[in-house]
Amino acid sequence: METVVQQLQGVSINHYLIFCTIIFAIGVIGVLIRRNVIIIMMSIELMLNAVNLLLAAFSVQHGDSSGQVFVFFIMALAAAEVAVGLAIIIMVYRNTKSVDIDSLNKLRW
Amino acid sequence: MSELIWLIPLLPLIGFIVNGLGRNAFSKGMIGALGSAVVLISFICSCILFSEVYQSRQAGQAGVIEQHLFDWISVGHLKISLSFLVDPLSAIMLLIVTGIGFLIHIYSIGYMHHDSGFGKFFAYLNLFIFFMLLLVLGSNYLVMFIGWEGVGLCSYLLIGFWYKNTSYANAAKKAFVMNRIGDLGFLLAVFLILGTFGSLEFSTVFAGAKNFAVGDIAVVSITILLFIAATGKSAQIPLFTWLPDAMAGPTPVSALIHAATMVTAGIYMIARSNVLFVLSPITLQLISIIAICTALLAAAIAITQNDIKKVLAYSTVSQLGYMFLGLGVGAFTGAFFHVLTHAFFKALLFLGAGSVIHGMSNEQDMRKMGGLKKAMPITYVTMLIGTIAIAGIPPFSGFFSKDEILANAFAANPLLWGFGFLGALMTAFYMFRMLFMTFSGSFRGTDEQKHHLHESPKSMTIPLMVLAVLSVIGGAINLPGALGGNHWLENFLAPVFAEGKALIPAAHYLEHSTEYMLMAVSVVGVLIMVGLAYNVYVKRKQIPAGDEAPRGFLANLSYHKFYVDELYDAVVVRPINWLSTFFGQVVDQRGIDGIVNGAGKATFDTGKVLRLLQNGNVGFYLLMMVIGVIAIFVYGFLSL
Repeated sequence: METVVQQLQGVSINHYLIFCTIIFAIGVIGVLIRRNVIIIMMSIELMLNAVNLLLAAFSVQHGDSSGQVFVFFIMALAAAEVAVGLAIIIMVYRNTKSVDIDSLNKLRW
Repeated sequence: MSELIWLIPLLPLIGFIVNGLGRNAFSKGMIGALGSAVVLISFICSCILFSEVYQSRQAGQAGVIEQHLFDWISVGHLKISLSFLVDPLSAIMLLIVTGIGFLIHIYSIGYMHHDSGFGKFFAYLNLFIFFMLLLVLGSNYLVMFIGWEGVGLCSYLLIGFWYKNTSYANAAKKAFVMNRIGDLGFLLAVFLILGTFGSLEFSTVFAGAKNFAVGDIAVVSITILLFIAATGKSAQIPLFTWLPDAMAGPTPVSALIHAATMVTAGIYMIARSNVLFVLSPITLQLISIIAICTALLAAAIAITQNDIKKVLAYSTVSQLGYMFLGLGVGAFTGAFFHVLTHAFFKALLFLGAGSVIHGMSNEQDMRKMGGLKKAMPITYVTMLIGTIAIAGIPPFSGFFSKDEILANAFAANPLLWGFGFLGALMTAFYMFRMLFMTFSGSFRGTDEQKHHLHESPKSMTIPLMVLAVLSVIGGAINLPGALGGNHWLENFLAPVFAEGKALIPAAHYLEHSTEYMLMAVSVVGVLIMVGLAYNVYVKRKQIPAGDEAPRGFLANLSYHKFYVDELYDAVVVRPINWLSTFFGQVVDQRGIDGIVNGAGKATFDTGKVLRLLQNGNVGFYLLMMVIGVIAIFVYGFLSL
């Protein structure tokens, strides 16, 4: 266990930053360009987890466990969000027979 | 009785409340009886009070009864109480107001009998009596001011009594607005008095006035403001044009308010404040000049008027001018004496005119009358007495009072006497012109009017007879020394004017021979004018031409009332109307409304544009959110 921690600490923080940024950007791009609601939700998960990973990395970097506590909160939150989100998507699908977000354009001026 | 002074104004107030509330429920007989009864009881109380004051005067005392009811305003050093003051001056005014008021109530029962607003009329009359009594009884300027405002209100209500007629309603408005201009003067004077003397009580103010030098700027300002107030209420130049228009009201109102009582409030107020006015010779001179101008102008207008009430209205303005002339030359007793006699004969003349109008089925144009002597004997005889009295033929009351004022004017300045004498000549001419046109010659109205012509009922003729008797003997209370009289009124009023008289630098005394000569000149002049009127209107049966007929320059000026109304219209009314239109249509509609509507329109238009963002496209929302987050980061990064 000690060696794993040491190895992890051996990876410089810059790598984490770059990696997380890439994943987060993929998430953002996925949200922006995809039309399937389920894929958009998956992209949102990507963004959340990019942040989680970064929080954990900083936590180790600083030797402060509060970052990891945050990660747990975010995971709980994400679980709840996914539950609600999927429920909404099911309802949408039942009504429109589609999960394309372009079909959700009734709320407008 | 002196503890019950408050009953005198309270009774008419009760009459007003009861009649006002029950005007539709009670029968006409009950309303008339109640309205008259409360004034009668007030009159009886006033008589008892008067006798107390009289006995006190006989015993050589000042005859002052004060009753303090309660402290009204008490703030720091400022203490204003509601209290009543009865002294010789207000005791006589009480008798005039309640006495003549009672007669006119009785008369109104007959005159207003056919009117649907009978109850309302009596309620207003009672309210007027209440306010007039408050004005007369108040022992400080503020209580007087309440009465002063109140009588103006009642005057407005009663002029506009037949408010469905637009021109009557406009006359009421005109009277109210012009009175308000004067009232503002009164209010400012009250503030100045409070600032100068620290109190509004007559006794404190007049005692404090002794510390002021003659011509002190504070006293001069106060007196000028008070005089402005008087010009409004008592119809003097420049605020006199409302009074002739006030004839739109029912005739008993013209008799009570616009001849006998309310319009003399200005004279009463100045006589009451004589100590202040004596300290300001400039104001007294101003009063004399304005008074003589008013007397002449109004008399000149009266000569060519054809409406019987208009003649009497201008005659009232003219006579009020004489009273102010008396005040201006320091003859306070003479002025008040004229108030008293004028109340008798002018109330009589107005009620007589009302009786004529009643008999003629609401005809007021004298050109359509004539020959009423036979049909209305009582009205004729009583009006003849009133006309003789106002023209100033001895031994009727008007002669003595006018003569006293003119004699005093002569002592002050013979020029004033000359103008006053000229006015007296015109008075005699237009009054007899009115009398001859109405009662002599042959009837000129329609057949229907001739058929309907009748003498008025008893309730109207009895007040006429009572007033006629008073007009004959009224002069006896202040017979001049030159005619072997004892100046009863002057002696009675002496304590009221004592302080003022003491301050007048040199009292004017006329030799008896001069007085005889003045009397002889005025009597002869008046008789010549009566003869002239007789010659024109009875012998030659000349009837004034119609409205459109060409007239000489002077006659035209007089017929059109010297174009004073037109002048005011051009100088004051139209610019104000123009300004109101400007503010109403430009500033309000474009400016204020523009701002308010502009705010609404701007919100609406912004919303119209911004709502396009809500296009329902979720992808677009997400893109915007990302752009927003990036923008926040960029902002945060830049502001580091």
